[in-house]
Amino acid sequence: MSSQVEPIDKEEDEAWFASAAKVYPMEVKGRFRKIKWAILFITLGIYYFTPFIRWDRGPLLPDQAVLVDFERKRGYFFFLEIWPQEVYYLTGLLIIAAVGLFLMNAIAGRLWCGYLCPQTVWTDLFFRVESMIEGDRRKRITLDKQPWNAEKILKKGTKHFLWLMIAWWTGGAWVLYFADAPTLVYDLATGQAAFSAYVWIGILTFTTYSLAGHMREQVCVYMCPWPRIQAALTDEHALNVTYRYDRGEPRGHLKESKKRIEEGLPAGDCIDCNQCFYACPTGVDIRKGAQLDCIQCGLCIDACDSIMTKVGKPTGLIAYDTDVNIERREKGEAAVYRLVRPRTVIYTVIILMIAGVMLYAQLNRSMTDLSVVHDRNPLYVQQSDGSFRNGYSLRLLNKHNNEQSFTLSVEDMPKGATLEVVGIHKNAADVTKDTQLSLSVDADTTRSVRALVFSPAGVEMPSSLPMSFKLVDTETGETTVISDFFRAPGK
Amino acid sequence: MAEHKKEIDQVTGVETTGHEWDGLKELNHPLPKWWLYMFYGSIVWSVIYWILMPSWPLVNGYTKGLLDYSQRAVATENFDVAAAERAETGKMLLEASLEEIRDTPELLEFAMAQGEVAFGDNCAPCHGTGATGFEGYPNLQDDSWIWGGDLDTLSTTISYGVRSEHDETRYAEMPAFGRDELLEKEEIVQVANYVGSIAGLPTQEGVDLEAGKVIYEENCAACHMENAKGDLETGSPNLTAPTYLYGKSVEDIIAQVNAPRHGVMPAWIDRLGETTVKSLAVYVHSLGGGQ
Ligand code: SF4
Ligand code: SF4
Repeated sequence: MSSQVEPIDKEEDEAWFASAAKVYPMEVKGRFRKIKWAILFITLGIYYFTPFIRWDRGPLLPDQAVLVDFERKRGYFFFLEIWPQEVYYLTGLLIIAAVGLFLMNAIAGRLWCGYLCPQTVWTDLFFRVESMIEGDRRKRITLDKQPWNAEKILKKGTKHFLWLMIAWWTGGAWVLYFADAPTLVYDLATGQAAFSAYVWIGILTFTTYSLAGHMREQVCVYMCPWPRIQAALTDEHALNVTYRYDRGEPRGHLKESKKRIEEGLPAGDCIDCNQCFYACPTGVDIRKGAQLDCIQCGLCIDACDSIMTKVGKPTGLIAYDTDVNIERREKGEAAVYRLVRPRTVIYTVIILMIAGVMLYAQLNRSMTDLSVVHDRNPLYVQQSDGSFRNGYSLRLLNKHNNEQSFTLSVEDMPKGATLEVVGIHKNAADVTKDTQLSLSVDADTTRSVRALVFSPAGVEMPSSLPMSFKLVDTETGETTVISDFFRAPGK
Repeated sequence: MAEHKKEIDQVTGVETTGHEWDGLKELNHPLPKWWLYMFYGSIVWSVIYWILMPSWPLVNGYTKGLLDYSQRAVATENFDVAAAERAETGKMLLEASLEEIRDTPELLEFAMAQGEVAFGDNCAPCHGTGATGFEGYPNLQDDSWIWGGDLDTLSTTISYGVRSEHDETRYAEMPAFGRDELLEKEEIVQVANYVGSIAGLPTQEGVDLEAGKVIYEENCAACHMENAKGDLETGSPNLTAPTYLYGKSVEDIIAQVNAPRHGVMPAWIDRLGETTVKSLAVYVHSLGGGQ
């Protein structure tokens, strides 16, 4: 061969674009199929039913365990409550999720794609509906080829109807996370729900129906960025669904390989039955090696294992394995599995670290909070008795779901310093200057107040004195201290 | 493209696109057709969009689109909605007394926000953004007031101004003791030094303060009171602390006694309306000097 590339004569056609070939995956039984069913039931169960789990949330809110409240800008997850300024929890969760994906990838390739990804789970469910109505692979191919008649219309119609129902239910469950689920279900059914709820259900019905019913593997092969990222993250020790060509080749039908053995020629275990290819939901022939299109669902393993059992050969011709091991076996060495390697350790450590930080932050989360901003202009004001006054904007935060009262005081100021809060006084007549003031904050909200601090008359003040505000919850005793400065012309 | 010859890559058995970079040839993995159709679909969509929405710039203006959408109109609409919402709270402000506004957290928050903006737009040019004033323009942060610093007084002063054109304006005028020859030059120096001494300012050398005191009692005490603390009723400033409007030295006092300057504050009630004036009063009061 003179060159790696040789010109061929072929008529110019539309080779730049190809019609997607429809994949007709065959139903299989086996270990991985069972695992996939279990995961499907668990994940979909979580998705569809979580909004109905109840949790006491006080009088103002629906008693819902998982709730995203856009109106009041809060997120609730069982015992967790997230305020807008705490979205870093979400950041933490996303980092854990991302590194979790990396870790899965380092351990066993596309575990996410094969078992957990919503695209995979819903597509799997839609496949199941399809084969229930239209029959297994062969029957479906025949049905598609046959001309339209009553049977075909009935079967296709039923399938699409069921698909749409599932899709609609999927969209319906989605909106339940944003309001009180039982009420919303009632409102939706009686046509009283907010217009946006119907719009969202419509959108999600459409996406679920088209992505899980029609686009299927096209999503993974062409639309999803994750396979590209995975390819860059993997290494030679990551387990992947692998055809053990060392054992399988040269392949041949049962009779053929018998003959080869009789002739003293080498014969592999693969009987070339194509069951692995038929079982594949993305239309991949795994025997061609690792491919971008393979989502590593393990179904070809199940398909091959049942054939191997039938023909009386050991299972595992296709299995989770690495190329390193195939090469080692070819050389007669024992297979190595290195789950503990720098990258898995590092990923695990990162996950644990972030989880630890989040746990710490959660355990030390306060129910009240106080923030302070010193007036910038003017920094201080001299009173006619020669003393100084500083102004501050305070924001008090009450995360309790009932009104809470507090005492506010200034600390570390010279004796005789007083505090005034605009609008707060002890008796009706006059605004009170005192060392300590009581004020309350409504349930689950913040209150901004303007505080004025007065230095005692006749006391010389430095140009900047570190001081602090102390907020004590009169009921729980929870104390928040926030430091600032008291400014004066000083030296 | 028609001239390009199909080639098959020997290693992969895949056709190439014929594109070559440094000897590397690109394999042709055809995109699915639906991708192409989505592309065509988006082109069609863009044309629909041009027709419906404002899109193309023209020499004078732009194509408006059939839906007649405009961000400016939306913004104006939102503005009107916000104004209507404000009017609701504004009505509550109107009905409440100034004390009630100060003591009701929701009203206070609204009044403070409105007051701050109104102050920045209308008052800050003279009184400063921090309300600390300038020479001739009173400091609103400290606790020294000419006409009084409680809520109602502030509201009156803001409403009608000082020496303004409004009928109900606050009005006070100090006689020009020098220019109108009510006092001798020397007497003016004496009384100014005396006043400076009560405010704790350094006095000029060799001036008879006792004589100044007598002149004060005869000419000034009527308005500025015996104790020189001034009188809020008549708008006579307190002279015992150096919070003077027109300079803080004995020379400045001499100038003022000789031929006083009289600043003017406009009446705001007709321009800003009662709600805003109320918010302004609450805001200025909250700055800290309020009484
Ligand atoms: S390729 Fe993307 S869409 Fe497909 S299974 Fe993997 S993550 Fe999900
Ligand atoms: S080749 Fe096997 S593991 Fe990969 S997607 Fe197909 S059936 Fe799943």
